[in-house]
Amino acid sequence: MTVVSTNESSTEVAGLRRSPLAGRRDELAAAGVEGLRGVRLGEEPFLSQVNLRVLPASPAAAGVEQALGTILPREPNRVTGDEHDAALWLGPDEWLVVAPDGRADGIVEAARTAMADSPGSVVDVSANRTTLRLAGPTSREVLEKVCSLDLHPRAFRSGQCAQTLVGRAQVVLWQVGTEPAYRLMVRGSFADYLADLLLDAMAEFTHR
Amino acid sequence: MLQIRCPWCGDREETEFRYGGQAHVDYPRDPAALDDRAWGEYLFVRDNPKGEFAERWVHTAGCRRWFTTVRDTATNQMRAELPSARKPVM
Amino acid sequence: MTSPHRLDSSVRAGRVDRTRRLRGTVDGVELSGHPGDTLASALLAEGRIVAAPSIHRGRPRGILAADCTEPNALVQLHGACPEPMLTATRVELYDGLVAESLSGVGRVGPEADTAVYDKKYVHADVVVIGAGPAGIAAALSAGRSGARVVLVDEQRELGGALLDGTERIDGHPATEWIGRAVRELVELPEVRVLTRASAVGCYEGNYLLVAEKRTDHLAEAGPQQPRQRLWHLRTQRVVLATGAHERPMVFADNDRPGIMLASAVRSYINRYAVLPGQQAVVFTTSDSAYTTALELLDAGARVPALVDTRPDPPAHLAEQVRAAGGQVYPGSAVVGTGGQERISSVRISELDEQGSLTGTPREVECDLLAVCGGWNPVVHLFSQAGGTVRWDPVVAGFLPEEPTGSLPKVVGAARGTYDLAGCLSQGLAAGAEAATTSGFRVAVPPVPPVAGDRPSTRPRPLWLVPAEEGTSEQWHTHFVDLQRDSTVADIWRALGAGMRSVEHVKRYTTISTGQDQGKTSGVNAVGVIADALMAGSPGEVGTTTHRPPYTPVPFALMAGRDRGGLHDPVRTTPMHSWHVAAGAVFEDVGQWKRARYYPRAGEDMDAAVQRECLAARTGVAMQDVSTLGRIEVVGPDAPEFLNRIYTNGFAKLPVGKARYGMMCTADGMVLDDGVSMRLAEDRYLMSTTTGGAAGVLDWLEEWLQTEWPHLGVHCTSVIEQWAAVAVVGPDSRAVVGRIAPELDVSAEAFGFMEFRDTVLRSGVPARICRVSFSGELAYEVNVPAWYGLAVWEEVAEAGADLGITPYGTETMHVLRAEKGFVIVGQDTDGTVTPLDLGMDWVVSRRKDFVGKRSFARPDTARTDRKQLVGLLPMDPQQQLPEGAHLVDPDGPRQPPVPMLGHVTSSYRSAALGRTFALALVADGRRRVGEVLCAPAGGTDIAVEVTKPIFYDEEGVRRDGRQYE
Ligand SMILES: [Zn+2]
Repeated sequence: MTVVSTNESSTEVAGLRRSPLAGRRDELAAAGVEGLRGVRLGEEPFLSQVNLRVLPASPAAAGVEQALGTILPREPNRVTGDEHDAALWLGPDEWLVVAPDGRADGIVEAARTAMADSPGSVVDVSANRTTLRLAGPTSREVLEKVCSLDLHPRAFRSGQCAQTLVGRAQVVLWQVGTEPAYRLMVRGSFADYLADLLLDAMAEFTHR
Repeated sequence: MLQIRCPWCGDREETEFRYGGQAHVDYPRDPAALDDRAWGEYLFVRDNPKGEFAERWVHTAGCRRWFTTVRDTATNQMRAELPSARKPVM
Repeated sequence: MTSPHRLDSSVRAGRVDRTRRLRGTVDGVELSGHPGDTLASALLAEGRIVAAPSIHRGRPRGILAADCTEPNALVQLHGACPEPMLTATRVELYDGLVAESLSGVGRVGPEADTAVYDKKYVHADVVVIGAGPAGIAAALSAGRSGARVVLVDEQRELGGALLDGTERIDGHPATEWIGRAVRELVELPEVRVLTRASAVGCYEGNYLLVAEKRTDHLAEAGPQQPRQRLWHLRTQRVVLATGAHERPMVFADNDRPGIMLASAVRSYINRYAVLPGQQAVVFTTSDSAYTTALELLDAGARVPALVDTRPDPPAHLAEQVRAAGGQVYPGSAVVGTGGQERISSVRISELDEQGSLTGTPREVECDLLAVCGGWNPVVHLFSQAGGTVRWDPVVAGFLPEEPTGSLPKVVGAARGTYDLAGCLSQGLAAGAEAATTSGFRVAVPPVPPVAGDRPSTRPRPLWLVPAEEGTSEQWHTHFVDLQRDSTVADIWRALGAGMRSVEHVKRYTTISTGQDQGKTSGVNAVGVIADALMAGSPGEVGTTTHRPPYTPVPFALMAGRDRGGLHDPVRTTPMHSWHVAAGAVFEDVGQWKRARYYPRAGEDMDAAVQRECLAARTGVAMQDVSTLGRIEVVGPDAPEFLNRIYTNGFAKLPVGKARYGMMCTADGMVLDDGVSMRLAEDRYLMSTTTGGAAGVLDWLEEWLQTEWPHLGVHCTSVIEQWAAVAVVGPDSRAVVGRIAPELDVSAEAFGFMEFRDTVLRSGVPARICRVSFSGELAYEVNVPAWYGLAVWEEVAEAGADLGITPYGTETMHVLRAEKGFVIVGQDTDGTVTPLDLGMDWVVSRRKDFVGKRSFARPDTARTDRKQLVGLLPMDPQQQLPEGAHLVDPDGPRQPPVPMLGHVTSSYRSAALGRTFALALVADGRRRVGEVLCAPAGGTDIAVEVTKPIFYDEEGVRRDGRQYE
């Protein structure tokens, strides 16, 4: 929508926001363990997320890339950029642009301007999903209990993403680090379920 | 459980997909031109072979793309995953 | 205290740790043993060979096997993790174990199983099932390539049959070779070894399920440690080194305790250092049991008779047995057994060339009878995966056909190769080949030299040993399936009833339908059938189909983590915590938890809903409607696209306005409905029903991608980008005016089915739409989801002085039903057209749309179809049950009773002061004014058919107070 963006409005308004797992911050933090068999879980709320649909390799796509200063990955399940500013492949003509809090309106405006009248779509979906961060030496083992993807480093590495099922929730799974560390971007209504599922899967490593 | 190859995302579990029935059953160009029998055939009549069967799936928990595979209904072997699209109308 | 039948460690060390003693009880009697013991080996060490009596005939039974083929020794475990129907041969002894013998039927206890059951999804290049010599060899050669390898074995340690014997590899005992292999496998970073793990299913596409027992063998497990884990393995190649199972023999009274498989006797002696009997008769059809006889003699038992069906057994074997003090009876069979409970004697008769008895039987005393009816290669997993098997007369067993494509490769005893050198060689080759074809090129390692291994000579299977008296149909103690108590007589009865297929005989006799799935009985049954039908070989009778699971799997393990709150996702809105704090009662709508009503102290649902309805009709009320589906439809062809998808027109909808739309499937039936707003010339925000959101998105994509790819349209799901508050009632304008001061909320400035983007008093950006699902003046306030709770509270506060009342789905249902608004999925069921609902106004006559052609189909065009009507019970306080059938009050009341329709929605209305309902009734619109009857709970409820609208038919209330 084209109303005021949060970075223009007062911090007071931003303070009215509540992320899906805001009430469980301490619980998630307390569940983590450090060490060689450690694993940690937390919420990264309010990331800017913009869904982009544009014909790959078209002038419009090039224009968007230039406007955003991002390369849209052409290879499936790939991410360009880093965990602060990234473009995730979601489909052959679909990407998720991720940036820090407060950047969505700027991205939407820049992309729409660049796309002009070409077919495509730019939609702010920042509030659609929240982000869980699962990290630590056993985080892959935790995920392997609830996700059927091949997460072995030979098949899934830092800088890769996948839209898949974790438990029974659809997520955008994104490996952001080699520790390993993952982001699980999930629709807000599933956030409690996903947190419960991951805490349960972590229990083998966190109750020692 | 089947493992299905999305032509875009790669191999995924069957639970990520939704079945779309027989492939290559195109929506008639002009439904009104069909008589009741022909329209009924389009709506309700599908093949049910033992052996190779071209069928559609949608990667609903992934990239949401529809595609066509050929599955052997006796062995569940699948091959030839292609995006499902009829020829564009110019 | 030493167990009386435990061999001295100088005779046999065994694989048990004699430095530690474990204690448990079986049937209330104390039992002790060592780490490494199974329940069965510990029982045998104390001379307890007798199991519970048989399931139907109550005959004494004993431990027959040493592995998962055991049909008799079933136990129920008590204690922390009670579990029924386990076999004593597979339960490892632990301190504090409490077991009870079972006669074939276990009980699931009433208490919840609180153990943790885990799942794990792992991908590999090569999976090797079975860690005997062939499997270890395969894992080694594959693992050295760098491929991802998983080696799976159901025992507590690797080695398979090598642990039961005394073979030597590379000049050392085989156990040393195993030890070296284990160390190498553990060092290889991409090799994973799973022990105590049964491959229970092998499916197409090289997908395996492996049930791993992790803490079953421990007296106490750590907190949150999974008791069992179900591995989902996806792999490029599978190597099956699953070995072979020995068959028992079918003869009179072949079920007495003390009758044991020859391989099991060997296993108890060598692996567990237990001598199951002192005076052992061995009855065999092949070479392998000679080793058992020699090991019995070596361990200090007497072998008064080795009975071989073959008239000319290999001379060197017979000589070895004689030299060690045993007697050999070639060309003979055991034809009967004696004993009170345990076996005390056998009768031995000579056989002629046809297998008939000849000569005078002799009786030999014994306390153990070791039987070997031949070997069944374990082809279960191969068969599950789609492989076919054939009868091989040389090895007298069903062997896997050479696999094609990506079917599992079978090696070793599982393909009838019984010599150690052959097993090692096949395993090494198969492992290297599997790795190479998976992209990890590797050479086949040299086969190490072995000792203690001889090629076998040909067996003489004897499917049915004749009794000394009677004919086959009378042989009620020739047991084929010990677990099911099924005999040769039962098979003859099945054949007499005309069955010929083994699949039919199996179901008629229940052979191989027990917990053991016929591991000791299936092939013997085929043999007996072949014998009876005078077939040339068992191959002509065929074999039954092997289906998963290979061994029983607890339901708790299949459920895994998907229990309790994790059974299915519970979806909640951003305002959920408020509803909980307000004491809402929730209902499940799909996966969503939606507030159903908000009872105050002392209120039941009816009272709460009456109050909530009244507030919405006379004051102001608010509902959380965040769960509605929302899809942004964007692109130059978006207007054309919606025109094709919706039954009514959307292309001409002005920007800034919204319209109710209905969509149908191609057969003309209602698929979904909702309000779509036109945000810009090329942008719509479509809303769908709560339950239909995902399906509608797939539906839109299907048309866009497969039929109309030339349309420039993109769809993006934004369901949860938004939280939404419906503010409903005559006072809603005041409330919305307060929270949105920049907005002119007057009816003139902000019309019905219009929307405005604005900034709320709090600074929150919002989109407010004038839609109504109640007939009242109403606004839907949409904000980015993370503001949902704050804005909900803002609305509640702004309306506090007006008595704003939160309401739930129940009130929403009543309000909409009073107006005759349908709910797709409640008032429709996939067989209802918009015309059936009386919604002709939503069906465009000018344009084409998906489903339009179907309205002209003869069946759809019938005028007597079920149509939506209203119902008013004659007794205004009587509420119809939803789903109740409607019948003609003067029609027949004996079946078949013609059904005229059914109730789809039924409520108590505050506005009407009575009950009412919606229904689908055949030819319903013509029946308005008729009285029908709803038989419910033994009584008839008389109802009058009405138009499906009960309140404000003129629609004067939707613009609020000043227009009343
Ligand atoms: Zn895909």
